[in-house]
Amino acid sequence: MEALWNSPLFGVVLSVFAYRAGLWLNKKTGSPLCNPLLIAVALIVATLQAFDIPLSAYQQGGQVVGLMLAPATAALALSMYRQIKQLRRHLLPVVFGCFAGSCASVASVFALCRLFRLDQRLTATLLPKSVTTPIAMELSAQAGGIPAVTVAAVIFTGILGAILAPLLVKLFRVEDPVCRGVAIGTSSHAIGTTKALEMGELEGAMSGVSIGVAGISTVLIFLFL
Amino acid sequence: MDVLKQIGILLGICLLGEGAAALLPFPFPASVAAMAALFVLLCAKGLKPAQIQQAGDFLLKNMAFFFIPAGVGILENIDALKGALGAFFAVCALTTVATFFAAALAARGVMALQKKWKGGRS
Repeated sequence: MEALWNSPLFGVVLSVFAYRAGLWLNKKTGSPLCNPLLIAVALIVATLQAFDIPLSAYQQGGQVVGLMLAPATAALALSMYRQIKQLRRHLLPVVFGCFAGSCASVASVFALCRLFRLDQRLTATLLPKSVTTPIAMELSAQAGGIPAVTVAAVIFTGILGAILAPLLVKLFRVEDPVCRGVAIGTSSHAIGTTKALEMGELEGAMSGVSIGVAGISTVLIFLFL
Repeated sequence: MDVLKQIGILLGICLLGEGAAALLPFPFPASVAAMAALFVLLCAKGLKPAQIQQAGDFLLKNMAFFFIPAGVGILENIDALKGALGAFFAVCALTTVATFFAAALAARGVMALQKKWKGGRS
């Protein structure tokens, strides 16, 4: 048996099938709580525990999968470019909205971490929690946080954003589709964007563009921390 | 267009991004440098979207898949969260609402200013 999981292929194959299972369950239930990434991670952790497989064995393949994170992040430029017409038309509200949202995110995380007396490491882990996962991971590592925990915070934020978005839109009386998209994309990245797409095409497009713009805004804010 | 070439182009841009990030005098995420470079290339028409379409769409469509190992890494760090789990979730929840509010307010404010400016001009 051990020969099986000592191959890097083990981690790759396990990841693929766990993710497929997550996608299937997500489609079946249609609930943002059944996030495919969350399910895949839970399934893999359960498998490793059940068969007493060391994490290092899985990570041999995991490193191969993780290598594609950088090109996947770069590919975000392609999706931003496809929305360039909408981005140009609403450039100022998008840029200022994303920047203000990112500032509020970093400032409120910092203040609340102080309030709850979380240590330096956890604070650094949580600071980039509103931006898309690949950017958040790099920022977390750069600031001395724990990237794996940042991933959990980012997913939780996204799920929460998707669930809360319809409520927050009413509560804060955000009627304009551009404002809605910017607020959703800035606060809850790609997972929230799925909800914005349900609200309307313009909301979805603006939310999608905001993922990239808020990501870059947060990187710039981190330069001054 | 052949996909291998597309993957080559994307990985090449990432490699350039790593080089650029290493040269910068301040810490900057390499993948964001690559993203910015690709966006500029596309806008400057140095690269057509069709030249990276299939590989790019494959990566975008399956984006979450590539984070799985990073997420599984939480197994090693479970101790860091012990005793702070409640605070962890509370910080995530409260700041998400604050971010939403600030972004919506700023976008709305800028749009109102733009409208006023346009109205004053005409």
